[in-house]
Amino acid sequence: MDSTVTTGTEENVWGGGNQPLGASYGKLMMWFFIVSDALTFSGFLAAYGFSRFKFIETWPIADEVFTHVPFFHGNYPMYYVAFMTFVLIMSSVTMVLAVDAGHKLQKTKVIWFMFLTIIGGAIFVGSQAWEWATFIKGDFGALETKGGRVLQFVSADSGDRLALRDFAATLDEERVDHERKNGIWYYKGDALPSYSLNEVVEGVKSNPNVLIRTETINEDGHKTVLSRDETLKKLNDAALVVEGANLIRNEYGSRLFADFFFFITGFHGFHVFSGVVINCIIFFNVILGTYERRGHYEMVEKVGLYWHFVDLVWVFVFTFFYLV
Amino acid sequence: MAHEHKLEIFRGLLKFKSNTQKIWGVLIFLTLVTIVEVALGILKPAALTHSYFLGMKILNWIFIILTLVKAYYIAWDFMHLRDEKSSLRRAIVWTPIFLVAYLIFILLFEADYIYHVYSDGFVKWNF
Repeated sequence: MDSTVTTGTEENVWGGGNQPLGASYGKLMMWFFIVSDALTFSGFLAAYGFSRFKFIETWPIADEVFTHVPFFHGNYPMYYVAFMTFVLIMSSVTMVLAVDAGHKLQKTKVIWFMFLTIIGGAIFVGSQAWEWATFIKGDFGALETKGGRVLQFVSADSGDRLALRDFAATLDEERVDHERKNGIWYYKGDALPSYSLNEVVEGVKSNPNVLIRTETINEDGHKTVLSRDETLKKLNDAALVVEGANLIRNEYGSRLFADFFFFITGFHGFHVFSGVVINCIIFFNVILGTYERRGHYEMVEKVGLYWHFVDLVWVFVFTFFYLV
Repeated sequence: MAHEHKLEIFRGLLKFKSNTQKIWGVLIFLTLVTIVEVALGILKPAALTHSYFLGMKILNWIFIILTLVKAYYIAWDFMHLRDEKSSLRRAIVWTPIFLVAYLIFILLFEADYIYHVYSDGFVKWNF
C-alpha cells in the first residue's frame, strides 16, 4: 500500500471514521447483540413449540392456569398478563420519548421519561415475581399417576374445578416430615403435601360429586372429564399428591410446561431486571450531566434499543405462552 | 444518529406532525391490537377454534400474525428501524427471520413425528 498517496476519497473509504451503515460503532454493536439475543430467545420458544407439538393432546391450557389477579379472587384468565404487556409497552413509549427528548438535548425531559421507564420496568418485574409465586404455590392441587400423568378434580354438578381441600378426608395418620431438625437428617424425604394420597383417595371415594379430569384435550378444546366409574378406577393409578409447581412436577399437567414457564419467563424477567439496572445507570449519568457535556444523548438511544428489545421479546412470549 | 424521522405509518395512510405524536399513535395501535388479542383469547369464538389452516387453528394463526404486526411496529417505530439505512435494516431483520423460520420448520416437523411415534406406537404412556 502506498501510504504517501492521499487522495481524499480513498481515505474516506478505508481510513476509518466513516459509517457505511449510518450507525455509530456502539449502536451497531447493540444491534449485533440484539440479533444474537433474539436468536437465543427464538431457540427457547422453538424448543417450547417442539415440546408442545410433541404433547399436543395433553398440553395444559394456559388460560386455565393463569387466572389470578392480585387482590381479587375469582377466575380472570389473562387479564393480569394483558396488564403486564401494557405496562411494558407503555414503558417502551416513555423510553422512545426519552430518546426523542435526548435528540433535542432537553435534559429535564430525558430525566423524567427515563424515570418513568424505570418505574414501568420495576412494576413489570414485580408482577412477574408475583406471577411466579402464584404459579409455584398452586391453586387446586392434583394427583400424579405412576406414569407421570396429572389428574385434576372437577365437581360433577357445576363442572368447576375442585381443590383438594374441598373434598379430602381427614384421616388419623402418622405423617412425618423429614427435616434436618428432626434429627434423622440422613433420611431424605420430599416435603409433605397438605393431604396424603390416602386422604385424597378416600375423599374422592366418599364424595360422589367428585370427578377426575385428565390431561387429554377433546375436540372442543377442553380437558376430558371422566365418569364416576372411570374416576374410581383411575384412582388406582394415583401415586402421589402434587401441589403447585416445581422443576420436577406441577399440578397443571405436563412437566415440561412448568419447566419452560420458569425458564423462558425467567430468562425474560432477568433481561427486564438487567434492563432496569442499565436504565438506572444511564438515568444517573443523565442527571450528572455526562451526556450534556458529551454533546449528544446516544447512550440513551442505545439502552433504549435494549429496552425495546425486551418489550419485543415479551410480545412473543405473551403470544406463545399465554394466547396460543 | 438519525435526526430526521419518517413520520408516516400504514404505508403513508397516516402521517403524523411530529415524532412524539407518531409514538403516541403507535402506542394506541399496539394497545388496540393487544386488546383484540386478549378479547379473542378469552372469548375463543368457535368459528375460529374449529377451523384449521395448515394443521393449526385459525385463531392461533390470527394470534401469530397480530404478534408479528406488533413486532413490526415496535422494531420500526420504537427501535426506529424506519429511520435507519435499508442495508442496516435488512441485515438486522432478514438474518433472524431466515434462521428462525428454518429452526421452527425443522423442530415442529420433528415434534409432530415424535407425537405420532407416541400415539401410534405400542408402548403405553398413560398409566
